[in-house]
Amino acid sequence: MDQISGLARVFSYLSFLTIGGGMAAFPEMKSLVVGTYHWLNEEQLVHVYSVGQMSPGPNMMMVAEVGYLVAGFLGATIAALAFFVPTGILTFGVGRLWQRLANWPWRDSIQRGLGPVAIGMAVAGLITFGKGAIHGWLTLAVAFAVFYATVKTRINPALLILSGAAVGVIGLR
Amino acid sequence: MKKPSHFELFQTFLTIGAISFGGGVVAYLRDALVRRKQWIDDKEFLELTSISNTLPGLNATNMAILAGDRLGGVVGSVAAMLGMCLPAFVFMTAAGVVYGSHVDRPLVDAALRGVAAAATGLIAATWFQIGKKSLKGFYDAFFVLAAVLLVNHFKLSVPIVLLIVGALAIYTYRPKRQEEPPHATEEQWIKSLG
Repeated sequence: MDQISGLARVFSYLSFLTIGGGMAAFPEMKSLVVGTYHWLNEEQLVHVYSVGQMSPGPNMMMVAEVGYLVAGFLGATIAALAFFVPTGILTFGVGRLWQRLANWPWRDSIQRGLGPVAIGMAVAGLITFGKGAIHGWLTLAVAFAVFYATVKTRINPALLILSGAAVGVIGLR
Repeated sequence: MKKPSHFELFQTFLTIGAISFGGGVVAYLRDALVRRKQWIDDKEFLELTSISNTLPGLNATNMAILAGDRLGGVVGSVAAMLGMCLPAFVFMTAAGVVYGSHVDRPLVDAALRGVAAAATGLIAATWFQIGKKSLKGFYDAFFVLAAVLLVNHFKLSVPIVLLIVGALAIYTYRPKRQEEPPHATEEQWIKSLG
């Protein structure tokens, strides 16, 4: 039961940090999931997060996998609800207010200001993530190859990630 | 533009939630809602993406909630959100079942090391492209750098950094003051009337 309320608290809290996407919350997720609660080790968290990138729909549904590994199907359900419902209600409310906020001069300031902040938080998250994901030249080469292919071509990212898995099976055992 | 039924909404978002492998949900949404179904136009869609970007929560789910509400009220919003989330929930829980079971552990770990490396490249590319399009000027570069340094070098926690850099950025782009009405001259004019 402790684990369940822990999952609910941790993931509802983390959800409010996802300005611009899930990566912004990754450093805090690592410190809670790996550090405070010892639910997973760093490598496991990086792996679960990466599998989330292959998922259709919202890639942060990886929280359900964390929940499952901690407390089975109930854990998965609680983690997903905690992560998606509270911010969902906030979004719903702001969506309804948005038209009325049109004349509020700070609306544009918030939008303009949070753009670069979201990018900065994502890069910071990615650096934390990369430290857990990049070990040695082969992983570095895979990351660069995928970066290049994504920027230069229109190939489906899920295929690139599957190719990463293939390289892993051959070269990273 | 006619409004869809709640079931139609659920079905449409369920389909997108199930086929949008590899991210890019917003592109799938635009294709379905604006181009094929024509439930909302491009202008409204753009408005919804800008609300969704400003708020916490993911684009995929924020867009489902906002579009669902515009098209079908509270129930529409819940239907769209559920449709968007269900396939991913099944996918990730199944991944948990596989990961948690006693499969060939070294093999799975090796594959996941490759997956994690590829994910690093993919996420870097996504943010590189967003940054190239939207970062402008010295201040934007400064905010990005400040966030990175505070999180990665000074090890401040994410909410603290969000508050500091977020407040600074919003203040930097604060509303421009309206031109003050010419009080001084007005007063002089009133005085001059005696």
